[in-house]
Amino acid sequence: MGKLWSLLFLLVPVLGVGLFLWAPSNGYWLPRDISKHGWQIDHLFNFILVLTGLVFVATEGLLFWFLWRYDAKTSSTPVKYTHGSHNLEVIWTILPAATLLFIAIYQMNAWADVKMRKPKDMPPTVEVTARQFEWRLRYPGPDGKLGTIDDVHHVNDLHIPVDEEVLVELKSMDVLHDFFLPNLRIKQDAVPGMTIPVWFRATDVGTYDLVCAELCGWGHYKMKGRLTIESRAQFDQWLAKMGEAEQATQEPAEEESEDSE
Amino acid sequence: MSSTTFGAHAHEAGHAHEHGHSAGFLRTYVFSLDHKVIGIQFLFSTLLWFVVGGLLALAVRWQLAWPWTSMPFVGPRLFAGEGGQISPEFYTMLFTMHASVMIFFVIIPILAGAFGNFLIPLMIGADDMAFPTLNMLSYWFMWPAFACMIMSFFVPGGAGASGWTAYPPLSAVESAAPGSMNGQTLWLLGLIFVGISSMMGSVNYMTTIIQMRAPGMTMFRLPMTIWGMFITAVLQAFALPVLTAALFMQVLDRVLGTGFFIPEGLVVNNVSAGAGGGQPLLWQHLFWFYSHPAVYIMILPAMGMVSDIISCFARKPLFGYKPMVYSISGIAGLGFIVWGHHMFMSGMNPALGMTFMVSTMMIALPSAVKTFNWLGTIWGGKIQFTTPMLFALSFVSMFIIGGLSGIFMAATPVDIFIHDTYFIVAHIHYVLFGGTAFGVFGGIYFWFPKMFGRMMNEFWGKVHFALSFIFFNGTFYAMHILGAGGFPRRLADPYHYDTFNHLQGMNQFITICALGMGAAQIIFAVNFVYSLFLGPKCGRNPWHANSLEWFAPSPPGHGNFDVQPVVYRGPYEYGSPEVDIDYYPQTQPPPEGSGGAVAVGHH
Repeated sequence: MGKLWSLLFLLVPVLGVGLFLWAPSNGYWLPRDISKHGWQIDHLFNFILVLTGLVFVATEGLLFWFLWRYDAKTSSTPVKYTHGSHNLEVIWTILPAATLLFIAIYQMNAWADVKMRKPKDMPPTVEVTARQFEWRLRYPGPDGKLGTIDDVHHVNDLHIPVDEEVLVELKSMDVLHDFFLPNLRIKQDAVPGMTIPVWFRATDVGTYDLVCAELCGWGHYKMKGRLTIESRAQFDQWLAKMGEAEQATQEPAEEESEDSE
Repeated sequence: MSSTTFGAHAHEAGHAHEHGHSAGFLRTYVFSLDHKVIGIQFLFSTLLWFVVGGLLALAVRWQLAWPWTSMPFVGPRLFAGEGGQISPEFYTMLFTMHASVMIFFVIIPILAGAFGNFLIPLMIGADDMAFPTLNMLSYWFMWPAFACMIMSFFVPGGAGASGWTAYPPLSAVESAAPGSMNGQTLWLLGLIFVGISSMMGSVNYMTTIIQMRAPGMTMFRLPMTIWGMFITAVLQAFALPVLTAALFMQVLDRVLGTGFFIPEGLVVNNVSAGAGGGQPLLWQHLFWFYSHPAVYIMILPAMGMVSDIISCFARKPLFGYKPMVYSISGIAGLGFIVWGHHMFMSGMNPALGMTFMVSTMMIALPSAVKTFNWLGTIWGGKIQFTTPMLFALSFVSMFIIGGLSGIFMAATPVDIFIHDTYFIVAHIHYVLFGGTAFGVFGGIYFWFPKMFGRMMNEFWGKVHFALSFIFFNGTFYAMHILGAGGFPRRLADPYHYDTFNHLQGMNQFITICALGMGAAQIIFAVNFVYSLFLGPKCGRNPWHANSLEWFAPSPPGHGNFDVQPVVYRGPYEYGSPEVDIDYYPQTQPPPEGSGGAVAVGHH
């Protein structure tokens, strides 16, 4: 029976690695990255995956081999009566410590790019205010400033220009939400009482999901936005049209959506 | 739990006398001061809650596989009005209560309450805990907590539904979750009672381990189980007051409108949330200052038990005992400065996030050292594939996965993408189910003979193991792939997002495996109950193990030992050349004139 149990433990690395080899080519993997910074995140993901994969195969492989080899039923080797090895302890403390420290330092630049190096002297492209269970958007009007009479209001339908730095001012009206753009590798909690800057640059046009990724109440699952990335010209045109429509009705979009729940 | 063996050790501590002879049924089995009875009370209570938590999880799985369809049997009875389908409010409650029950009512009390209580005095050679009455209270303070949790399911609006992390403002403002007033308040009160219970336990464990060790039992002769329990008790004692304060603050926010966690000008659901003046992030800091050490509270005792089981069934000394002790002590220290890694995306200063990232990377180190030492222990042994050993080995195998997947989340840039996805769900279940729960199963199969004087059935134990192991991996391994796809947690219906639409098939596979895993536990329940009454009787030391509990009768009588144990060596002397048999109990005097006898002294 010992051999059978050993084989059961061997299945863990075999199937474990197998699934990760099978998944990417069968449509189960990170969604397509369309951001300027995303490659750093994907690269780190893959780097850690390979590194942990090697450790995974080595340790699970050893576990299997020791179980197979030292099964009391079949092994005739006497028990190795030992309480440990100082040298081994030193080796397997220093090696992982150095590796972990390397990973820690290696990733700092990517983190700083996405969360710390805010573009300087740039007006916000859009203000996103999360609210149970919708995304309220406010764009600066023709004067290019937020908080003036010509602001353009909109809900859930986020448009941004392609190939340009985009700065989002993220707020929440009520509870915690999370501004998650899977294809842009962006995730940031929206916290009431705080204005949190989020910046990124999209590299391709198209329509993508905007997901709320922080539990915000019973309707959390349906707090779905849509992200449209388009050329500068199309974006300007869309914004102008929205602005005109808003001026024409003389009624801010805010009022319309008040009872949308 | 009889007092028949009592007379043999009249020199034992005085408190045993007070209730040793004339104890009635109530004092013996219900309001008992005996650590073993209290441990078994904890064990039965937590196993019952394990069933509750498991059923809640299966309901969550049903919704994720076949959203908005009627659950068989349960759906038509509970939700006849909605055609048997789960409402999103109910779904939110399901995953909140699944995690709350499993963490606060199963894992923490089964490790510290059940195994800690039962094993600490037995393994250090004491007749009972230092404070038996406090010990009894620590169990009975769980009952108000049980009452709060059970009641919360039946109050209008249902039980807590703001996640087990209870992040304000959602948890603190009534209008954020209409009708939730009582459920969430009861949830908070329940946790306060659990905290009081844990605090009483931890004070007792620390005192007992420091003060009541048998002659010759130095700190470095303690079994790893006791080290795990000791470090856990220290973590509880230092971290719990912070959680208790935070829980009280949230209760006050809810009941009196104090606004500790409510910022100014908050309008929730068109209702003003009051004056404010607080900060939602404050709760997260306080909560994780406890709940990150709590992750170690939930695994260190299991690591200890697994070390003991592996050494016993490899018939070989534990590899690197002292590095193991230093590792868990290191985890205890570092465990207090990593809580911010739960908050990388929270709006906390990103520079602070970077420092938490570095400390988090470093806390992976002691876990790695422990894993290598477990592998070192089975290397060159004579491995007996018993049920407890299989569960202990699966702990190592699964903990490797859980430990390695943690590195992805610790890497802050990667966490941007996988934070709050199923990657973290996979990670925590590999640590807490594949790790702790399998360790607990191993512990139950291992110490059941000592607890009840009867063996559990080995064949059905192995069937239980094989099915649990296979279905566990079927359930949780694929969740890594879901997480790589960005699949978010806590969504009642993720499939209306185009990004996640293609993942439903994988979720159905996961749910089927989860149902299989749930069903496999029936085998365990039947084996457990059957063996309780009809299992073959065993002697004192059925596994030929070394530590002190096997020196006591099975089950040990009141006062535990018929002879005062004296300790001559550490607990891992398997295969020692000094003796002819392959084990060398801690209490066995060394052969005359061997010189190998280490000085026996009082601590």
